[in-house]
Amino acid sequence: MNISLKPAESFRGDFTARNSDAAILRFPFPFPEDVYMYGVNIEPHRRGGPSAAYDAVFDLDEHYIGECADRALTLIDDPLRCQMLPHMTAAEWDTLELLMESLSTDYPELFQLERNGDAWRWVNRPLGLDQSFIFGRPETLPCPPFEYITRQVQGDFTLQDQRDGNLYMDGGMVTSQADWSLNFDLGMTFHEWHGPVPVAHELGVFDRALQYLLRLQLGKPVRRLNWTLTVNPRLDTSPENYPLWGPDKATVTPENVGEKMCLRVELQTLTRLPRSNAILFGIRGYLIRLNELVRVKKFAKRMHRVLRDLNPEIIEYKGMPRHRRIIVDYLAPFDDGAVLSLGTAADQPDL
Amino acid sequence: MKARIEEIRILAPAIRRFVLAPEDGGEFPAASAGANILVEIPGPQRIWKNAYSLVCPPGARGRYEIIVRLVAHSRGGSAWLHDHAEVGQILEIGVPANLFPIAAIAKKHLLVSAGIGLTPFLSFLPALRESGAAFELHHCCRLDEAEAFRALLPELPNIVLHTSRNTLDLSGLLAKQKLNTHLYVCGPEEFMNVTAGAARKLGWPGAKIHEERFGGATGGAPFTVKLARRGIELQVRQDESLLEALENAGLDAPCLCRGGACGVCELPVLEGVPEHRDHVLCEQKRAANRAIMICVSRAKTPELVLDY
Repeated sequence: MNISLKPAESFRGDFTARNSDAAILRFPFPFPEDVYMYGVNIEPHRRGGPSAAYDAVFDLDEHYIGECADRALTLIDDPLRCQMLPHMTAAEWDTLELLMESLSTDYPELFQLERNGDAWRWVNRPLGLDQSFIFGRPETLPCPPFEYITRQVQGDFTLQDQRDGNLYMDGGMVTSQADWSLNFDLGMTFHEWHGPVPVAHELGVFDRALQYLLRLQLGKPVRRLNWTLTVNPRLDTSPENYPLWGPDKATVTPENVGEKMCLRVELQTLTRLPRSNAILFGIRGYLIRLNELVRVKKFAKRMHRVLRDLNPEIIEYKGMPRHRRIIVDYLAPFDDGAVLSLGTAADQPDL
Repeated sequence: MKARIEEIRILAPAIRRFVLAPEDGGEFPAASAGANILVEIPGPQRIWKNAYSLVCPPGARGRYEIIVRLVAHSRGGSAWLHDHAEVGQILEIGVPANLFPIAAIAKKHLLVSAGIGLTPFLSFLPALRESGAAFELHHCCRLDEAEAFRALLPELPNIVLHTSRNTLDLSGLLAKQKLNTHLYVCGPEEFMNVTAGAARKLGWPGAKIHEERFGGATGGAPFTVKLARRGIELQVRQDESLLEALENAGLDAPCLCRGGACGVCELPVLEGVPEHRDHVLCEQKRAANRAIMICVSRAKTPELVLDY
């Protein structure tokens, strides 16, 4: 895949992060229909889909260097963003193997993996890393294996141990989250960590999703999309740092909403790991400013319809009651009411 | 995946070990301790799909190994592997699945097996020894097969072979275990019921009792199944399962363990009363008769109508 990586942009402070035309066109838009409601929207994670974001096992884009740098900054301030319970060692190595194999296969011009038995060499060209180590021997890496590799991949990751007919969040690397905390959720069961989500519990969504995931098979990963809204392209909207980003919500006006308000989409992948039988949950986040999003005609119209008609409880959960009117008013002029195609493809080759 | 039979070793008159290699010379996916694979076995009239535990160390990718016992009155699968399989033949196998994983948070692992039920523990042992976990293995077998099983096991004080009912004091063994010991049982149906039952009677919590069942389909009275969505009617013979009847009709029905343990093959029932033989459905769901695990369960009524 041919990607041109941007030099480090900022996802805090002056927020220099912007999407190129190519990044806008490949944005994984989350609404296949004009109406949004919760459902078990899980599908096989096969290569290919309505946008190029689905072409790799773990998608990498132009923001790679900036996002890795932002993660490093967050970890300096709060090392508890990366935690692992002691029984997850095998799952850590499974994760390292999966990510190194996938990245070096999907992006050979950026990453290289050489294996000679347990003696491995990992080359990460964009970050300038060249590491020889022994697979299975943590002392041969500069930090524990899960932390080592997830510092080099965009998106958050959690590891779920499977036991007692349930999934337990027993480790993770979480620095770009939509207002949830690994430090709080660590060790929780599937229903416990989903506790705050409204409506879906009553619909039985989590009971069905858990039964489905307990049967997730090796070599058959699945994916789903989730979304929310974030003021400014800020990766780290964590509960721990609410004092840093919470006040941003009060800065949105009808004049600046297009520039400030971002749609945040998570391309979530679930993969059964081979040696540990654990599940790796990848939460690959994408941020797009509304004034970037509206450049795709279908995205602008559908976004308007979804937010205009959204269930009030979901509006509350997504933290939007304050902004919905402003956003809908901003989007309305882009919507001529035309019938839109089903699905999430951009339906236009360029901007 | 396509796998070539690389070696067949006779361990005892009715027990053989098969070494499988990737046909393309590459690597298999790594597997976890306790994993099994589905092996497609070509029969004269039809293909059999049997699940076998991987007995190679977890993570092995160059070769898979399975151990197969010739089942008395075999319907075809194990008999073909014993009588017709030859080195060099190609078999279709599935990717590993694991319904019997090691509980990583246990303080101690108590493994109890009988006969060919030892096989999943052969992948447990390297994992437990490497992690330094506390464990104990008690294996029960017939005297004439003791040597074959002994050869598969490392010589350790915490691995004990029992060839007579008198040497394994099951209740005593279960009663003396400390808190947060997990029990794993694999063997013939009756052996598993007795062992797990003894643990429950002593107050072991269900979450600490792990059972691996390869009961498989055992047949029963023939019945008719109607597939409502497809408008198809099939006869399920006495020597085949409902799942096999669907497969023999060319349908790619969902399945994974083929032993009533994983829940993948559940189909909705529209009419008729299932004879539930699975280990997945809870009492309420059984009583409701709205769902059936087609790999093992059959019918109490002459006809079942499924939403499929």
